[in-house]
Amino acid sequence: MLAESIALSALLFVIGVVGVLTRRNAIIVFMCVELMLNAVNLTFIAFGRVYGYGAQAIVIFVMTVAAAEAAVGLAIVIAIFRHRQTVDLDSINLLKG
Amino acid sequence: MREMLLAMGYDRWVLPALLLIPLAAAAIILLLPGDAERRWHSARAVALAAFTVEFLVSVGLWWSFDPATPGWQAAVHMPWIPSWGISFSVGIDGISLVLILLTTLTMPLTVLGSWTSVRTRAPAFYTLMLILTTGMLGVFMALDLFLFYIMWELMLVPMYFIIGIWGGERRIYASVKFFIYTMLGSLLMLVAILYVGFHVGNPAAPPGFGYDDLLTRLSVTPVAARWLFGAFFLAFAIKVPMFPFHTWLPDAHVEAPTAGSVVLAGIMLKMGTFGFLRFALPLFPQAALDPTIRAIVLTLAVVGILYGALVALVQPDFKKLVAYSSVSHLGFVMLGIFALTLQSVQGAILVMINHGISTGALFLLVGMLYERRHSRLIAAYGGIARVVPLFAALLTIVSLSSIGLPGTNGFVGEFLVLLGSFRTEPWFAFAATIGLILAAAYLLWAIQRILFERLDKPENAGLRDLNWRELGLLAPLIACIIWLGVYPAPVLRRTEPAAARFVHLVEHGYESAHPAPPRTPIIQPPKARGR
Amino acid sequence: MIAPALQAAALAAAPHPLSGTAADWVWALPLFPLAGFLVNAALAVVAVARPGPADPSADRHSAPDATAAGEDVAGHGPGAGDADAPPPARHRFASVVSLVGPLAVGLAFALACAIFAAMARVHPTTPFVQTYFHWIPAGDLQVNAAFQLDQLSLTLVLVITGVGALIHLFSVAYMGDDPGYARYFAYLNLFVFFMLVLVLGASYPVMFVGWEGVGLCSYLLIGFWYADRANADAGKKAFIVNRIGDFGFLIAMFLLFVQLGTLDYTGVLAAAPGGLEAGGPVVTVICLFLLLGCAGKSAQIPLYVWLPDAMAGPTPVSALIHAATMVTAGVYLVVRSGLLFAMAPAASLTVAVMGAVTALFAATIGLKQWDIKKVLAYSTISQLGFMFMAVGAGAYVAGIFHLVTHAFFKALLFLGAGSVIHAMHAAYHATHSHEDAQDMRNMGGLRARMPVTWILMWIATLAIAGVPLFAGFFSKDEILGTIFDRAGGSILRDAHWLGIPGGVVLYAIYGMGLVAAFLTAVYMTRLMLYTFHGQNRTGEAARPHLHEAPWLMTGPLLVLGALSAVGGFLNTPAFLPIGPAETLARWLDPVVGPATALIAAGAPGDADPRRGLLLSLIAAAVAATGIVVAVVRLGRSAPVRAGAAPETGIESVLAHRYYVDEAYDRGIVRPLLAFSNRVLWQGVDGLIDGLVTLGARVWVWFGGIGSALQTGRVGTYAWALVVGALVVLAITIR
Repeated sequence: MLAESIALSALLFVIGVVGVLTRRNAIIVFMCVELMLNAVNLTFIAFGRVYGYGAQAIVIFVMTVAAAEAAVGLAIVIAIFRHRQTVDLDSINLLKG
Repeated sequence: MREMLLAMGYDRWVLPALLLIPLAAAAIILLLPGDAERRWHSARAVALAAFTVEFLVSVGLWWSFDPATPGWQAAVHMPWIPSWGISFSVGIDGISLVLILLTTLTMPLTVLGSWTSVRTRAPAFYTLMLILTTGMLGVFMALDLFLFYIMWELMLVPMYFIIGIWGGERRIYASVKFFIYTMLGSLLMLVAILYVGFHVGNPAAPPGFGYDDLLTRLSVTPVAARWLFGAFFLAFAIKVPMFPFHTWLPDAHVEAPTAGSVVLAGIMLKMGTFGFLRFALPLFPQAALDPTIRAIVLTLAVVGILYGALVALVQPDFKKLVAYSSVSHLGFVMLGIFALTLQSVQGAILVMINHGISTGALFLLVGMLYERRHSRLIAAYGGIARVVPLFAALLTIVSLSSIGLPGTNGFVGEFLVLLGSFRTEPWFAFAATIGLILAAAYLLWAIQRILFERLDKPENAGLRDLNWRELGLLAPLIACIIWLGVYPAPVLRRTEPAAARFVHLVEHGYESAHPAPPRTPIIQPPKARGR
Repeated sequence: MIAPALQAAALAAAPHPLSGTAADWVWALPLFPLAGFLVNAALAVVAVARPGPADPSADRHSAPDATAAGEDVAGHGPGAGDADAPPPARHRFASVVSLVGPLAVGLAFALACAIFAAMARVHPTTPFVQTYFHWIPAGDLQVNAAFQLDQLSLTLVLVITGVGALIHLFSVAYMGDDPGYARYFAYLNLFVFFMLVLVLGASYPVMFVGWEGVGLCSYLLIGFWYADRANADAGKKAFIVNRIGDFGFLIAMFLLFVQLGTLDYTGVLAAAPGGLEAGGPVVTVICLFLLLGCAGKSAQIPLYVWLPDAMAGPTPVSALIHAATMVTAGVYLVVRSGLLFAMAPAASLTVAVMGAVTALFAATIGLKQWDIKKVLAYSTISQLGFMFMAVGAGAYVAGIFHLVTHAFFKALLFLGAGSVIHAMHAAYHATHSHEDAQDMRNMGGLRARMPVTWILMWIATLAIAGVPLFAGFFSKDEILGTIFDRAGGSILRDAHWLGIPGGVVLYAIYGMGLVAAFLTAVYMTRLMLYTFHGQNRTGEAARPHLHEAPWLMTGPLLVLGALSAVGGFLNTPAFLPIGPAETLARWLDPVVGPATALIAAGAPGDADPRRGLLLSLIAAAVAATGIVVAVVRLGRSAPVRAGAAPETGIESVLAHRYYVDEAYDRGIVRPLLAFSNRVLWQGVDGLIDGLVTLGARVWVWFGGIGSALQTGRVGTYAWALVVGALVVLAITIR
């Protein structure tokens, strides 16, 4: 049971990583990040079932953080869209040093 | 008076209160309502009120302080981070006393000096000034090295913003230069503080940062002591500033707004010399009195005196002239501290006070002129004594004090420094005395070109003379100039035990490491010659 | 050493004979002028701060047209003009100021007379010291605010307040029309205050307060008409040159304290014999540094250059500060430290040589000056040289005697010159002429126009030239006579100066003194001839406007004239059978006696009285020859007119004052400024800043590398993140 759960979460995580690396639309990248987070959550739940439920408390934390992140992140995306009329990540390089 | 204050428990709450009042006022200013104009008016009013209260609270120290009582007074000790041996310990001796009073006297005057000149983002300006005050007072009263460091950094940041936001044309350059210079020294000092904190007494014991503890139980090897002294020296020497580390000062002084220049010159420069008096020398006497190191420091001090004066002679910008004159004056302080006689140390303390008063007043006066004509260049003026006679009279008095005319405060301090230094370091004292001639030359020449000669610039003919606010803010400084010149005994009486303790600590610490007498005066008393 | 200590303790226990007399009020002496200063300064400030309708400066302040104001100022500084261009109205508070200013000094003089009466009755042998408060207490240094009253300080107090009061009165008329009237009297009162502190102070630091204070007032008054750059320059020069001297004074004080542990006069006098080695290097060095201070304040070589320029101030100021009182402070300092100088014969000889060289040098320059005040300025330097000759040779009484008589006749000469300039200026002003009112080539024949001034000036001239029975004769004669005696036998004769035997040096000084006395007679007679005699050269239009000064100016002149005529009888030599001999010597003996005795040790018993008489005759003959030579030479040649062909050869060198000012300017001032500017400021400061900037550049460069890695694309960052995570995993998972 544990092995399958970890395999599933690994698969989900890789899908998320590939999505973040290859897609250019900010919203999709964002969704892929959520996918990675949830992959991790799944791992936590699986381990919690075997080693004790303390690990599942962390899942609640992660979900809380993810919710906050989604709120802020989407707000940033919307703000960028209002300024630039695009959410294409390749055309946004505000972080350039 | 003293009994009354003590009955109020004054000495148990005064020092924490002095640190908290500015912070509370800063919080109030940030919460002020209204539009920009109204917030400007209310912010300056709150700041003035807070600084006035601060001064009134602090002035009680003058009477509650008893020179005859040994040890720290009005001390407050509270545990802070016990596991690292850090505590919130404050207390004063005579040296801190006069510097704290100088600070609390200067701050309300700087608010009055910025009354009309600071209009943009005034609430932020006054907030920073208030936080700055807490930092400066904290430095003067800290009895814990960690607390000292926190306060030291606390005053750095507000000044960076004050120069960087409200400064002149090259304010960004000046503020960054100021910040990096100071930071460089103070980070090395942090390393040194941590090192000594972990080398108190038994190496296995938890660290300790208490000042008294360090004085009695610090045990480091002579080599380590040299490095530690070097780190402290760099931090303080940059702040003083001593000769090769001074180039941040002219830029910072010139670009800072009037209040910034006054605080910078009047109070913050004394942090460096205060650091030498309180920490660098008493903690590492064997390094500080090493003949080579001492000769180097004394040489730098005297070079600073002459160099500052000579460069001041050729400055076209009056603020820059005053900045270089500060290098010269602070050189006297360093000479007095390292000459290590009671008179020279007493004189050094007095020169610190005098420089705060006179240079503060000079910057205030220049600021008033700048507000009217928007030029700091000496050549932009000439003959204005005729149109602004009050201004001319006050500028002359303040300049004479800076020159060190007997009867003004400037003389007493420099006289004591030179006389005291002459006992142990006659040649350095001799060279430093030449600085007095140059001081007369650069300041008299400058005020001649500003106040006297022909009124040949049409735009100067309509200058307004000082108004009541400006007169009122200068009056306390002028009063101090005369008072400390004619009757400095009350100040000297209060600082004497601290100065004597400093000399004793350093000499004792040195001699316990070196059994042989360290120095022989070049000019020996006749009896020693055996005639 | 025990006996004197006990004696001192006994004296300290018993009340001083002067306590309970008017001397108890000695603290009030300087307070009168200080109060005068405060009142006048307040009036000066109020008058300008709130211009009333009657104040001429009112419209100046509100002048809407800037150029109009500028012109007004420009017209306010006449190039060499002494009496300022009369403005439309008197000062708003002129009447109050006229009362307060002179009264403050007059009251001080009255008190000084009362103290003198008390002292003459008691004639105390120890100084009367009043301590007020601790001024600078620091460990074993205890400087008190204390005054010391003895015969020496009282003599000076009488001269300062007496001559000072007369000059204040003169100023009421002379400066009456100046817009800065209140400011003028404020400065003048402040000067008298500091001068009294100088002579009354009971320790060197207190004296130094007065010493620099009078320098300050001198600075303020020289630059009184500051709108003219030359005047402001002259004031600044005076202050800075004095500061060089004060540097010497300070070093001397430090040395004294290090050696003796005290700076009180009484303490130094008590400790010096035991604490310093007589004739040793330390006491000599102390005295030489004191001498540097004296050279600055009393305008001696090499620091005399400020005094001629100081003539830029109003003429009464020149009379009070730059002739009668302040410049003699150096002489006072040497006499006050007489014991130290007596212990250092080499230093004493240096004082005398400096005095002699200065006396001769300044006198030669005085021969070729055309500005009437410049002649008097160089004459003052020369006469001060005489005083230093005296005190250097240990003739302390003679030095003070000449100081007093010089105060009388030189104040008279300056005030007389002021009266002449006043008349000249008024005449030129009335005719709108721009001629120089101080140039003697524009004067001549004023005798008829200003008879009172003419007579009084002649009295002063005869006095300064040393014509018998006038004041200067006795004092100058005593100086020269004592130097001759010292050369015959004293510790100075037995000492060496730069390897030359002291006796030879002293005879040379005597010779130089005679030559200087001769030149004095020549240039003073020249001044009188050019100014008052011969044809008038003022100009046809201006001539009718020349007239005698008002009584308020001639009144003080009359008093000074009387004093110049009979002042010499203060101290007539013993060999002349006129009146009580050597009054001043007996009066000053408690103060200067020990030092004089020390320096005169080894003198051959009683000198032959005929020798004294012979020396007097020689001095008188020299003076008479000088006057005759001047009359004969100038009587033959036609008077030079302004703008005549320039002198050549040695005359040109004299007229240009040996080019000393130019040498100082090119040799010291300009190189120093250039060095400060080019080498120190732009060089050293630039170098340090350059190094700092270089350090910053290095770090900016490093930062640039890091910055280049920041592409700003989130995709790149994500790739880097993933690759980094994989690398970490690969390393950690084995």
